[in-house]
Amino acid sequence: MTTTVPLEWVLVLAAALFCAGVYGVLSRRNGIAALMGIELMLNAVNINLVAFWRYLEPEAATGQAFALFVYAVAVAEAAVGLALIIAIWRTRDTVVLEDLDLLKG
Amino acid sequence: MLIPILNLAWLIPLFPFLASVAILLFTYRNRKWSHRLAIGGISISFVLSQAVFWAAVLHPVGGGEQAFESTLIHWLSTGTERFTLGVYIDPATAVMLFMVPLVCLMIFIYSVGYMNLGTPEVDPRYSRLFAYLSLLATGMLGSVVFNNLLTFFIFWEIMDTCAYLLIGFWYERKSAYQAGLKTFLVTRVGDMFFLLGLVLLYSEVGSLAYRDIFNPEALEHMAHTPFLGTQWSMATVIALLLFGGTVAKSAQFPLHVWLPDTAEGPSPALALIHAATMVSAGVFLIIRTFPIFAAVESGVQMTVVAAIGAFTAIFSSIIAIAQNDIKRVLAFSTISQLGYMVAALGIGAYVAGAFHLITHAFFKALLFLGSGSVIHGMEHGRRELRIANCESQTHVGTHSPCSPLEEFNPNDMLNMGGLAKRMPRTFWTFLTGGLALSGFPLVTAGFWSKDQIMAQAYERSPVVFWVLAAAAGLTAFYTMRQVCMTFFGQPRTQVAEHAPESVPSMTVPLIILAIFTVGLGWAGIPTHFPVIGGIIPNWFHHFIGQTIETTIETGHATEAAHGFVWEPPALWVIFALGGLALGWLVYGWKPMRAGETDRVEAAMRKVWLGWLYACLRDCFYFDEIYQATFVRGSILLADLFYAFDHGAVDGLVNLIGRFARASAFLDLHVVDGAVNGVGVVVRAGGRDIRRLQTGRIQNYLLWVSVAMLALVLAFLIILFLQEYLYQISLAVLALVVTLLVISVLRSRKFS
Repeated sequence: MTTTVPLEWVLVLAAALFCAGVYGVLSRRNGIAALMGIELMLNAVNINLVAFWRYLEPEAATGQAFALFVYAVAVAEAAVGLALIIAIWRTRDTVVLEDLDLLKG
Repeated sequence: MLIPILNLAWLIPLFPFLASVAILLFTYRNRKWSHRLAIGGISISFVLSQAVFWAAVLHPVGGGEQAFESTLIHWLSTGTERFTLGVYIDPATAVMLFMVPLVCLMIFIYSVGYMNLGTPEVDPRYSRLFAYLSLLATGMLGSVVFNNLLTFFIFWEIMDTCAYLLIGFWYERKSAYQAGLKTFLVTRVGDMFFLLGLVLLYSEVGSLAYRDIFNPEALEHMAHTPFLGTQWSMATVIALLLFGGTVAKSAQFPLHVWLPDTAEGPSPALALIHAATMVSAGVFLIIRTFPIFAAVESGVQMTVVAAIGAFTAIFSSIIAIAQNDIKRVLAFSTISQLGYMVAALGIGAYVAGAFHLITHAFFKALLFLGSGSVIHGMEHGRRELRIANCESQTHVGTHSPCSPLEEFNPNDMLNMGGLAKRMPRTFWTFLTGGLALSGFPLVTAGFWSKDQIMAQAYERSPVVFWVLAAAAGLTAFYTMRQVCMTFFGQPRTQVAEHAPESVPSMTVPLIILAIFTVGLGWAGIPTHFPVIGGIIPNWFHHFIGQTIETTIETGHATEAAHGFVWEPPALWVIFALGGLALGWLVYGWKPMRAGETDRVEAAMRKVWLGWLYACLRDCFYFDEIYQATFVRGSILLADLFYAFDHGAVDGLVNLIGRFARASAFLDLHVVDGAVNGVGVVVRAGGRDIRRLQTGRIQNYLLWVSVAMLALVLAFLIILFLQEYLYQISLAVLALVVTLLVISVLRSRKFS
């Protein structure tokens, strides 16, 4: 078992990746790019899950199982999100999130 | 055996009623069935009535008591009071039941011919006449047989309605429907008095059933209770109020005006109204409630009744002299004869009044049907003449219209004359009726009934006697005048030359009524009358007399108690025969020729009394006076009420409107202000808060992130800086408030 890479580094990497995802979701004007940001956030969580499993509870398979669930959800979410974006494109000729303000009060 | 028949007396008014309903509902379009139903209904009533009558005569009614009362049914409950309904048969009822259906039946049969069934001139409302006649018969029979004054009043009102419908039967003529309306309104006046009398009676006795009212204790109570502290007793006032009903119904003096105008109706209807039903009901009301009238010995009520009766008798016979319409003469004679009955009752001659009511019904029905027959003949003559004129004109080839003869009045006696030869059956029966009306001695029923009134009047009130004797003379005079003008001499118009005798369905009832007109008198020949008295017992007196002798102690000596007094019959018969002779001298000796003015009118003109004749002809202008006072007065009153309505009531309404407007102001500015204020606040809040909802997903996410960060921050603070938590939270609160204030101020500035 190598000890060169401590758990904290992995967690920092995951936090950085999550923050990059959040930034992407909040700042990108393109809907597809925002979806990509969401994928980054999901993967950051996956890194956390896998890291905690590997460093703290290697006997139990729960961490891996959760990571697999998150992948499935991410795939489904990406499929639905892309379908939505295509539908929006077809009706409104745009994928710029700022223009999609039909629900403005 | 007998009691069950009396118990069935309630069926008597039922059958004419059913006939009337059936005609109106089912057989209206079928004339034959209509008159079959009407005549069938009244025939059943007739048979039942005869059964009841003979049962009542042959058997002391109710087993020794004076009146039979059937088992009672509850028919009306108001509060704790329960009105009962039953049949009440006493001798007066029985005699009315003998007369009414018989006369009605004759009139119904006569109507078939009178309305021209089977000829092209058949009246378009033929069925309707029979329905109305049946209903009128129902009204009369119902008011006779039932046992309380409330049903009496109800049926009395049915009669009023029918009189209205029948008198206005030919409502295309304005005068006809006006006469109907007049009848209805004038009788309303009397009905109001009647109703007040009933209310007073009910409040005193607590019941309207005859049995309770005629209870000696109740009568004693009414006789000795003063009315509202006056010197009059309750009985006097009740009697006078009930008499008010009679005055209108029987056309007594102040309210007589409706009866002459009834001449607008069809003759059978008039015969029914003037003889068997409507006006008889008024007199029958006094007969029925006579114990109340007699409760106070020599009270003012009897004086009033006698005075009005006697005055009406003489007053209307004077007017009748100057009438030329054959039906109007008879109408005034009806008023006059009703005056006789009322006067007779007013002097306490109960039996005589009732007897005259019965005989009068027969001979007046006879006279009206006879006059109807004459008019019917004249109408036929006019039609024939018109056809003849038209044919002669078409032969000549001119296109001018046929002689219209529309203006010709077939009721006018001046247009008649010489009809005795052309209509012999009508003539002889009419003459019989006329003689009975005049009181021709010994052979007519009218003599015997009038004689009884006269004998009693002579004994009790000489004034009434002389007035009635004079009226008898006048009656004889105008009756003779009528007979002479109608039937004697030469025809005064071409129409009269062409008048044919009426069909048998009209003349047979006339003959039957004529037989009764003669024969009925034999039922009431005084026992002590010379020569023929006592051959036939004075049945009527004994029978009817039971009622009064057993219910109240009159204290008067009955007729049977003393011998025959020759003066009264002698005196009044001189008047009657004198009137007949004078009438014959003036009108019959040298019959009037065409175009001649009335003999009496000419004579009065000569002595500068033409104005008086005009007065008589126009009935002393009573119609005009009533028109000017009551009708105009009503209209003025209506105007006054209209002004009040317009000024005060409308003003009040408008005032309320103003209040409403003021309250609307309040509503608009205060209540609406509150509601709108709420709206404004909500809207402003919404306007400010809506800015949060941008619709952009990334904004929301930003808020989520910020909130997340804040929560994490708070967590860290709580975790590491617990001892400074209070100060930090205060600072955060101050920060949030400051931010809110700033944002509000900014939003103000921009909006």
